[in-house]
Amino acid sequence: MSASFTKSTARNIFYGGAVFFFLLFLALTFDTTQALPKRDNRVNLTEQVARGKNIWETRNCIGCHTLLGEGAYFAPELGNVYQRRGPEFIKAWIKGQPTGAPGRRQMPQFHLTDGELDDLVAFLKYSSEINTNNWPPNIEG
Amino acid sequence: MSTSTTAVLDTPRGVEEHAATRLKYRSQAVAKPYFIAAIGLFFGQIVFGLIMGLQYVIGDFLFPEIPFNVARMVHTNLLIVWLLFGFMGAGYYLIPEESERELHSPKLAIITFWVFLVAGALTIVGYLSVPYATLAKLTHNEILPTMGREFLEQPTITKVGIVLVALSFLYNLSMTVLSGRKTSVSLVMMLGLWGLAIFFLFSFYNPTNLVLDKYFWWYVVHLWVEGVWELIMGAMLAFVLIKVTGVDREVVEKWLYVIIAMTLISGIIGTGHHYYWIGTPGYWQWWGSIFSAIEPIPFFMMTLFSFNMVNRRRREHPNKAAVLWALGTGVMAFLGAGVWGFLHTLAPVNYLTHGTQLTAAHGHMAFYGAYAMVVITMISYTMPKLRGREANSRGAQKLEMVSFWLMTLAMVAITLFLTAAGYVQVSLQRMGTTPMPFMVAQDHAATYYWLREASGVVFFIGLALYIISFFVKGKTDEAAH
Repeated sequence: MSASFTKSTARNIFYGGAVFFFLLFLALTFDTTQALPKRDNRVNLTEQVARGKNIWETRNCIGCHTLLGEGAYFAPELGNVYQRRGPEFIKAWIKGQPTGAPGRRQMPQFHLTDGELDDLVAFLKYSSEINTNNWPPNIEG
Repeated sequence: MSTSTTAVLDTPRGVEEHAATRLKYRSQAVAKPYFIAAIGLFFGQIVFGLIMGLQYVIGDFLFPEIPFNVARMVHTNLLIVWLLFGFMGAGYYLIPEESERELHSPKLAIITFWVFLVAGALTIVGYLSVPYATLAKLTHNEILPTMGREFLEQPTITKVGIVLVALSFLYNLSMTVLSGRKTSVSLVMMLGLWGLAIFFLFSFYNPTNLVLDKYFWWYVVHLWVEGVWELIMGAMLAFVLIKVTGVDREVVEKWLYVIIAMTLISGIIGTGHHYYWIGTPGYWQWWGSIFSAIEPIPFFMMTLFSFNMVNRRRREHPNKAAVLWALGTGVMAFLGAGVWGFLHTLAPVNYLTHGTQLTAAHGHMAFYGAYAMVVITMISYTMPKLRGREANSRGAQKLEMVSFWLMTLAMVAITLFLTAAGYVQVSLQRMGTTPMPFMVAQDHAATYYWLREASGVVFFIGLALYIISFFVKGKTDEAAH
C-alpha cells in the first residue's frame, strides 16, 4: 500500500464505514419489521402454534431437519411438510419412529401425546404459510 | 541470546524460570490452560464429527444411544466453545503484551477459566446423558425458552453463564488496556470481543413468531462469524505477524484497518444473504447478493496481508510452524469463507442451493480456515513461549507441520466431497420436472459421503499428530535467532 495512504486514513474508513453500514442495517431492520405483518402469517399465531414451537425446540428437531432451509441437512425440509404429507401422515410418522430399518437413518421416539402432536402440526402448518418468496423450488423441499 | 541463557533453556528443570525468561509479562501465563482446553475440546469435536459422518451412510450407527441431532449439537457446540477458549487465551496473552503491563487480575482469569470449563463440560454431559426435552425441563427452559435453535442449543442457564464468563473476561482485559499502552491491535481485538458479547445477547430473544426468531438469530450467528469474529481474527493474525516477521507495526496496523473496514462494509449488510427465503421482504435478495458478493474481498486481503508481511520479514523467526499456520489461515479463510461463500451467495443460485450440503461444505472450510486455523496460529506462536522457549525443537515443528498439511488437505477434500454431494442433491431434488424425495437423493450421494468420512479420518490422524507434536522433545534450534 502506498505511503500517502496512512494508517489514520485506514482507521477513519474503518470507523466511518462500520458506523454507516451498521446504521443502514438498523434502518433496513426497522423497515423489515414494518413489512413483516403482511408476510409472516402472524394472524395465525395461536396459543397452539406457540406450544407447537416449544415442542419443536425442546425436541431439537433442528438438529436433523431444516425449517425454511435452516438447520441440519440430515433429514428432510419441514417448512413445507404440511403440504407435502398432510397432518395425519405427519402424526402417524412421528408415532411410528424409529423405523428400525437396518442401516437407515433413524428418528428418535419422542413419546408425544395426541395433544402435543396436534400442537406440533399446528406449528408446521403456520410455518408453511409464511411468505418465503416461493422457496423451496418444489414440493420435495 | 547469550550462551548462558541457552544453557539454562536446555535443562529440563526450572520451568518457572524459563517461562519468566520468555514471557514479557508473567501474567500472560494464564493463557496456557485456555489453549490446552481449546485443543482438548477440538479433539472431542472431531470425534463427534466422525460419528456424524458415519451416520450419514450407516444411518443407525450408535442409535439410539447417540442420535444424529445429539452428535451434531456436541460437534458444533464444542467448536464454538473451543474457539471461544482460543479467543480468550489469545486475549489474555496478547492484551498484556500490547498494553505493556501485567493483566489486571490473573486470579480472576483462572477462576473464569474453571467456571467456563465446568459449565461447558456439564452442558455437553447433559446433551449426552439425558434426552434434550429432559434437559430443557431440568434447566427450567420454560422460564425463558431459548433452547432448541441451531448453535444456540445450550440451556438458558448455560447461556447466562457464558455472559458472566464473557463479562469477567472483558472486564479483566478492558482494565488492562485502559491503564496501559493502547495499540490498534489491542483496540481491534477489544472491539471484536465486546461485539461478540453484545451480539450474543440476542440469543435470549426467542419470539413465537418464527420469522422474527430467525431474523434476530442471525444477529448472533452472522454478525459473529462474518462480523466481529473477523475483527478478532484480524487482530490475532496481525499480532503474530508483527512478532514473527518484525515488519513495522505501522504497516501491519494499516493493513489491519483496511481489512476490517472491508469486513464490516461488506459483512453487515451481507447478513441479507440469510434473509432471502425466511419470510423477509424480497428486497433483501438485492442487498444480500450485492454486499455478500463483496465479502470475499477482505478475506482475499487477509491472504495478501499474510504473504506480504512474511515476504517483507526483517527477521528469521525460529518458529517456522507458526509462520506456516499464519500463511495457511490467510489462504484457507479466503477459500472457505470467500470463494465457497460466494459460490452460493447470489439469490438466484441460493434459491436452488439453500439448505443443502453446499452450505455444509462452505461452513466446514470457512470455520477451519478462518477460525480454527487462526487460533492454532496463536497457539503455535505462544505455546513454546508459555513453555519457556522461543520455538519448539526441529523435530516437534516438523511433526506440527505434517499435521498442518494433513488437516488442511483433509479439510479441502471434505469440502470438495460435500460440494459434490450438494451438487447431486441440488440436481436431483431441486431441479428437473420430476424431483426426487430427500432420502432418495441422499442415497445417490452416498459415495461422496463415504469419501468425506475417509477424509475425516485423515483429518483426525492429522489432529492426533498435532497433539503428539507437543510432547516431542529435542533441542531448540535458535541458531537463526
